[in-house]
Amino acid sequence: MKSQFRHRYWNHINGWLLVLPAVFMISMFTHYPIITTLYHSFFSTGTAAHPAKFIGLENYSYLLKDEIFWKVLSNNFLYSVCTVPISIAIALGMALLVNRNIKGLSLIRMSFFSPTILPMIAVANIWLFFYTPGYGLFDQILRAFGGNSHNWLGNLHTALFCLIVMAIWKQSGFFMIFYLAALQQISPELKEAGVAEGAGSWYYFRRVTFPLLMPTTLFVAINAVIESFILVDHLVVMTKGGPNNATSLLLYYIYETAFSFWDSSYAATLTVVLVLILAVITVIQFTTMEKQIHYQ
Amino acid sequence: MDVITLKDVDKIWGNFQALNHVNFQCKEGQLLALLGPSGCGKSTTLRLIAGLETPTSGTIEIKGKDVTFLPPAKRNISMVFQNYALFPHLTVKENILFGLKARKVPVTERRKRLANAVDLLGLSTLLDRKPAHLSGGQRQRVALGRAIVAQSSICLMDEPLSNLDAKLRQEMRQEIRSLQQRLDMTMIYVTHDQVEAMTMADEIILIKDGNIEQHGTAEDLYNRPETIFAAKFIGSPPMNILSPDANLMKAFSSMLPDGITPESHRIGVRPEDIQISENRGINVEIETIEYLGADTMIGCRFGEQRITMTVKGKNRLHIGDHITLDWKPDHIHLFDAQSGRRLKNI
Repeated sequence: MKSQFRHRYWNHINGWLLVLPAVFMISMFTHYPIITTLYHSFFSTGTAAHPAKFIGLENYSYLLKDEIFWKVLSNNFLYSVCTVPISIAIALGMALLVNRNIKGLSLIRMSFFSPTILPMIAVANIWLFFYTPGYGLFDQILRAFGGNSHNWLGNLHTALFCLIVMAIWKQSGFFMIFYLAALQQISPELKEAGVAEGAGSWYYFRRVTFPLLMPTTLFVAINAVIESFILVDHLVVMTKGGPNNATSLLLYYIYETAFSFWDSSYAATLTVVLVLILAVITVIQFTTMEKQIHYQ
Repeated sequence: MDVITLKDVDKIWGNFQALNHVNFQCKEGQLLALLGPSGCGKSTTLRLIAGLETPTSGTIEIKGKDVTFLPPAKRNISMVFQNYALFPHLTVKENILFGLKARKVPVTERRKRLANAVDLLGLSTLLDRKPAHLSGGQRQRVALGRAIVAQSSICLMDEPLSNLDAKLRQEMRQEIRSLQQRLDMTMIYVTHDQVEAMTMADEIILIKDGNIEQHGTAEDLYNRPETIFAAKFIGSPPMNILSPDANLMKAFSSMLPDGITPESHRIGVRPEDIQISENRGINVEIETIEYLGADTMIGCRFGEQRITMTVKGKNRLHIGDHITLDWKPDHIHLFDAQSGRRLKNI
């Protein structure tokens, strides 16, 4: 009896003990904050004079009327819609380019990858110089061709796109590594078979390479989308969300609300919305792309 | 008519000479086997014909046209790879039709050729499966199907059976051979397995270290091996290659020409050509006995040399017995000890 009991339950107990440290860490720093954030979003921001009190969905109804929220949300969507597909396309292109035998291959691979290893703060500082009006890199180039000086980051119409270009430059090399790893998993015999069957490069890419890379594309796409919502370091250095919120993104708005305006319960409300948006996008990506994926 | 011709083909990688002045022709409708140990250059030869590699020098002709630097797609060949090279995300049907779609063959024609190939190979129930859900033999059939629908009349096969188990290999051997004959394909077939080459091929080219050792029919290679290498590669167990020492000369000098010495000559005799004799021959001691059912392999020793013979069925011999071995004069193969080449028979 006793040994049977041990046999049946000891495995489970053992397993739980092994995952306990990880479960503890994740609960403490991920699940618990999510729940408390949700909890706080139903309360008013407390002060010494007016302690926090339950206000139900008031924060959410305020959010629906908050013009800045809608502005940063649309900024963020534009930012994601531009950075994600373009980064993925460039990453795939670069991976295809360096997945072959050419002279100086490691040098090219390294140069494609190097933006990734720089901290975002450093990258933002470099690009801040590129965009500087008058003597920045872009203006110097433009001037050489007879163009005028531009205040790239100060212009309502160009500021967000400046950030988009920089983000693409920064992250494409990182995604390239995943594509390169996936490409090297594909047997070279397949390429030879394709060539012998008379498939041109485009036909082969469309029918074989791209479909076989779909698991990587899903992985990279989800990461890129999340990245586009949660990486806002560059805003701090470059624009602080300006001019007139033209470059502010959702997370940066949350940060400002919480730590500049000290409205922590409204920040909690915004955070809940951010988490919901990411969850919905991820689920949509999984369900729509999963159907088309062949896993080895 | 010669369909494929290689003239003085060399292939050099860095300072490694993979092929050295390879010359041969393959006739229309023939199954030509490229046989040799791994790394001998047989696959390289096939890849040169396919256009997956280009020769360092020399020319390759297909149907009288110089194709040496033509890309594979323009050579009008089909190819079956060692690991089948099936596209893992495509169904059997899509795999077979891949090349036809790439070449923009009209739909009705595609359908006709697919039906024909599926019929020939018995794949009709598997059309919607993906390669991961097929057995080795079924994958092999799909790869064959891809080659058949191309209707290119020349088919190149790179060790197509090496991933199959022994029983299946024998079945597929017969199937490939009969397909090749029914569809009147010219086939170049790379293998390291002498049994495959012997049973399937009209002609065999035996390659060693990038050089052609012998080009001939299976009978030629078995009965008249041109080199010691060919003699040892063909036949199982391989031919005994003996040094004509004093013991051997005492028994067989009357069958051999004058001037045979251990320094200059080697004597070859096939295990199945050796008999146990009562009166004359060479005295040996039995070292090993391996019973194989239909016959028994007996390993013997005389002096410093070993000799293997096979006898039918089971026998009463024991390890340690002394017996006398004899063979007929026309079963002796004489080779030059230095060059390894065959000498004119006595």
